[in-house]
Amino acid sequence: MSEQSTLTYARVNDDVIRMLDKPTFKWWALFIPTLIFVGFGLFCFIHQVYSGLGVAGYRHPIFWGVYITDFVFWVGIAHSGTLISAILFLFRANFRMSIYRIAEGMTVFAVLTAGLFPIIHLGRPWNFYWLFPYPNQRELWVNFKSPLLWDVFAVSTYLTVSALFFFIGMIPDIAAIRDRVTEVPRKIVYSILSLGWKGSNWEWLHYSRAYLFFAAFATPLVLSVHSVVSWDFAMSNLPGWHTTIFAPYFVAGAIFSGLGMVITLTVPIRKIFHLEDYITLDNYDGMAKLIILTSGIVGYAYAIEFFMAWYSGSPAEWGQFYYRATGEYALFYWIMVVCNVLIPLPLWFKSIRRNIKILFIVSIFINIGMWFERFNIIVLSLSHGFDPAAWGIYKPSWVELGITVGSFAWFFMFFLIFLKTLPSVSIAEMKELLPVPRKEAKT
Amino acid sequence: MSDKQGVLGIFSYLDVTIETVKKLRDSGFNNLRVFSPFPTHEIEEVMDEPESIVRFFTLGGAMLGAACGVAFTVLTSMDWPISVSAKPIVSLPPFMVIIFELTILMGALATLLGLLINSRLRRDTPRSMYDTRFSEDKFGVMITCSKDGVKDVEEILTSQGAEDIKFDGV
Repeated sequence: MSEQSTLTYARVNDDVIRMLDKPTFKWWALFIPTLIFVGFGLFCFIHQVYSGLGVAGYRHPIFWGVYITDFVFWVGIAHSGTLISAILFLFRANFRMSIYRIAEGMTVFAVLTAGLFPIIHLGRPWNFYWLFPYPNQRELWVNFKSPLLWDVFAVSTYLTVSALFFFIGMIPDIAAIRDRVTEVPRKIVYSILSLGWKGSNWEWLHYSRAYLFFAAFATPLVLSVHSVVSWDFAMSNLPGWHTTIFAPYFVAGAIFSGLGMVITLTVPIRKIFHLEDYITLDNYDGMAKLIILTSGIVGYAYAIEFFMAWYSGSPAEWGQFYYRATGEYALFYWIMVVCNVLIPLPLWFKSIRRNIKILFIVSIFINIGMWFERFNIIVLSLSHGFDPAAWGIYKPSWVELGITVGSFAWFFMFFLIFLKTLPSVSIAEMKELLPVPRKEAKT
Repeated sequence: MSDKQGVLGIFSYLDVTIETVKKLRDSGFNNLRVFSPFPTHEIEEVMDEPESIVRFFTLGGAMLGAACGVAFTVLTSMDWPISVSAKPIVSLPPFMVIIFELTILMGALATLLGLLINSRLRRDTPRSMYDTRFSEDKFGVMITCSKDGVKDVEEILTSQGAEDIKFDGV
């Protein structure tokens, strides 16, 4: 930790709490455009509710398009946040400490964004609550055997648990802010949020236990959520979807895309808020290694899908994959392969893993590549099913693209608010990394 | 209130804090609380508190969640049986997903409850026995003792080099 030698406990408090100062012009310059795009997304949605789903590009045989792509994309983005905050916590990987709060915030906001899409996708979105099992006048219950219902349970559990985990991790840090701020309204809000935290050994004892259990719950949960999302597809009998590799393939892809998003988000934050002492090159090195691993798994999945399609001897299955690489959507397929498999390859070199600029550019390509991966899986399978008479082409409409852009703005809006209201770096955990103050050197 | 008195000593060094706790113990003061800006095993060891009971909340919540998951899926399926291709009405493999998610959900909520009940609602230190520096870089030792013992406690804290000492009725 030589790079952190200039840090002291007091400086950690200063630096993190300084980020919560009054928003600057730059912050507003980012925030106002995000609000405008959120407004545009909302306008598109209202237009769609008013006019019906016809304004989305849905045409027979494709009735799952950009909205479901966005849903899977955003759930995937969420996953690496939990990986960094929970799984790496269980493995005691210290490189997580400075970035995990940002990654966790990303998780919560990405799930919030993802959760909108199944509702946007509904023909009658005002009836979305029919998805929840509740006693109703028809005495009907939901179908627990449907993968779509598993999704409701998985995603809502994920949102609840990751939001709680996010909040619990922040309690000691919110107390530190409470102790520092002087303006009365802010002091009241932070006092309530800190739940009266004092940092006594009694509190730390229970807190540490509870945090460990949350991490232990979040770990299998995160693996289950994207597996369940993958079963939305794999459980149905359609070429390109009906395969057993989907769960691990989706989980690896989710972590891969999420790591890309963590890098995309942290690089500018590190620069703007001068967090070079906190988010170090070692942190990026660690994340880049995870990208190499997950990119490898994703690349393997792309290859094995082709092999299985050929080996199965099923003309429909082979036809689907041949279509992916050579059909109308071939450009999208090859964008996916280049962005997800080839572009991350230079990260095998240490000098590139520690080059922030290159890493940032690679991360952008990963985001693009992973969006196209979901598009390819969903749309291409639907457009080229068993029956050649029912093949078709789907083009996203401006409404769908508007809502997609709006969803990115919606995500960044929460993120910008988070940066100015809550501690983006864990104060208490950063202190654990620093040498403990001792009067006499420990023998 | 009672004849109990709270005394709070503030320290800059972890080793001195731990040494002070040991000295106070040796002098017969056992009602102690230590404050720190981050969790350390050293404090945990010297305080020797019993294992946190949050784990029982977690276990209880998780088991209740699993039971609810089983009951929910099985009972609602049997309430309105829809036979499709003579497949079983109660089919555990798909229900496992729901059971698993509810186990996690209720386990996590129970853990939160356990944390709140055990560390928050149990307000055992008065507001005045806190210093805002504990969330920054200082350590604190709070002693609850009889009024007669206050002088001894103060002596120990001063001899250990406490930077600040506060008093309050408990």
